Amino acid sequence: MNFNKTITYTILALCGLVMVIPFIWMVTTSVKSQIEVNKGNVGFLPIEEYYTYTEGDKTYRLTLVKTEGDSSYVHLFNEKWERVSSYKKIPNTSIQANRKFKLHFENFVEAFNKVPFGRYFLNTLFVSLSVVLGVIITGSLAAYAFATMRFKGRDFIFYLFISMMMVPQPVYLIPSYIVLNHLGWLNTYQALIVPWIANIFTIFLLRQQFKTIPRDLFDAASIDGCSRFKTLWTIVLPLSKSVIVTAAIFGFIGSWNSFMWPLIMIDDPELRVLQVGLSYFSQEASTQTALLMAASTFSILPLVVLFLIAQKQIIASFASSGLKG
Amino acid sequence: MVPILLSFIVSFFDWTVLGPGKFIALQNYAKMIHDAEFWQSMINTFWLVIIVVPISLVLSLFFAALLNGIKKVKSFFRSVYFIPTVTSMVAISIVWKIIFNQQTGLANFFLEKIGIDPLAWLAESRGIFQLLFANFGIELPSWLGGPSLALFCIIIVTIWKGLGYNTIIYLAGLQNIPNVYYEAADIDGAGRIKQFFKITWPLISPTTYYVLMMTTIVTFQVFSQVYLMTGPPVGGPLGTTKVIVYFLFEKGFGESNDLSYASAIALVLFAIILLLTLLQKKLEKKVHY
Repeated sequence: MNFNKTITYTILALCGLVMVIPFIWMVTTSVKSQIEVNKGNVGFLPIEEYYTYTEGDKTYRLTLVKTEGDSSYVHLFNEKWERVSSYKKIPNTSIQANRKFKLHFENFVEAFNKVPFGRYFLNTLFVSLSVVLGVIITGSLAAYAFATMRFKGRDFIFYLFISMMMVPQPVYLIPSYIVLNHLGWLNTYQALIVPWIANIFTIFLLRQQFKTIPRDLFDAASIDGCSRFKTLWTIVLPLSKSVIVTAAIFGFIGSWNSFMWPLIMIDDPELRVLQVGLSYFSQEASTQTALLMAASTFSILPLVVLFLIAQKQIIASFASSGLKG
Repeated sequence: MVPILLSFIVSFFDWTVLGPGKFIALQNYAKMIHDAEFWQSMINTFWLVIIVVPISLVLSLFFAALLNGIKKVKSFFRSVYFIPTVTSMVAISIVWKIIFNQQTGLANFFLEKIGIDPLAWLAESRGIFQLLFANFGIELPSWLGGPSLALFCIIIVTIWKGLGYNTIIYLAGLQNIPNVYYEAADIDGAGRIKQFFKITWPLISPTTYYVLMMTTIVTFQVFSQVYLMTGPPVGGPLGTTKVIVYFLFEKGFGESNDLSYASAIALVLFAIILLLTLLQKKLEKKVHY
């Protein structure tokens, strides 16, 4: 039995390592110097290997050009790898090999300043929070109607909604593009927010929750002269906190990570969201591995932090999407 | 339903950003049938789905079963497997693109450590079967080559990204199976393997159908990884990573800006997904416990 447990843990740990290796490598590469990366120093440790030459009280880094007998022709560089002299002839014995562990946090600063990532962060945050707010408002109103009110064609409309959950996003893309273009909304925040504030999955999730609330409560409220809005606000919503949090988490993660939609709807660099900005950056800086890794790291950081804080809730939310689907 | 109707209407016209052109009936669909690029992206997409879905299913059930069997640090492992699911496809595509870089990538670094020649990964247009058999000195014709190694990289990333979600879904399903069944089986002397096939697999089948359906639908819509990882030109070496949604994007929002053709492609994609869903529903009814 214990043997079985050991095997289970070993397999889980090994496969877990495989799952997170890309992230570990991303972080370790993001603090390497680009020169080391280009030299093919691919491993996980941000170690720098270089040769130095000391002349008087000054130490230079160097690259070898050619060795002739006891001496070599070298290029000399300063600390920042800026060339200070070329084809200098120095004796071989004065060349020293160095290995140094150094973290280049300046990659983060450089990546952040190269492209207006601050602006992209704010855009994304604004869009995501607006979508979450919209989703919760429309979702609870619609779910309240579906769950508690009786009107003609209610079930038909509900099942129509549900069946639309199956329609893949690319099918919406072109009609939405044409409609948004017609409204003059392309290149506006509305294009990123308005089409997403009605979410069928949220309506479904909230309806299932609202149905579990005893009818007596609604009857009592209406006898006491409580309006429908007031009932929703003071009775139904407080009782549905955990489902609302679930819906908010889904909305936020989905909106934060969405890429194809903003890529198509937004041209204006000022309105770019993080994912689109990152995508353009990856084309511009395709050879600057360390910077790309730094940019990737800080762009996934907010969600990873959110995930680590609320992992129980988030995993439970995702798991519930399967049980009810 | 409005978007679908609108898609149909758009697909019957000669529609660009400037507005509806003239009515051209089914010409877009006729064009599609004769478009070699369309068929190639269809084949690429099918390879993607056919490989990703079963592997993801088996792996996630395997991990879920392992997780279900332990008590300590279970939530830690669960979170580790789940992290790729919450991170953005864009950022991790960039990371994986560099992992598969020929000179400065991690993939070739590991191959070197175990003494295998470096591969071209995302720049390799030859099929994986072709490469595999070439090791034994057998030369396969390219039509038997299978998906290109570049597409295989996309496959790996797609599986890796979706694994956490499927594992969580399976884990929830496994936790719903009452323990008494296993206790009874233990008393009857059934081994672990037998228990899995006689108890777990049948009882988990509703979850399996859900996972199967969701993974299929999501995999048909792969876009970001292809857009970000392959190229330039996007679509990989010889177009071997061009998938249907990227093809749609290129036609509708690329240089040609042919919204009606893109609409027709989207509807074909929808029809395929609808058909598969109905097929799976039918299958599900047949084997429901």
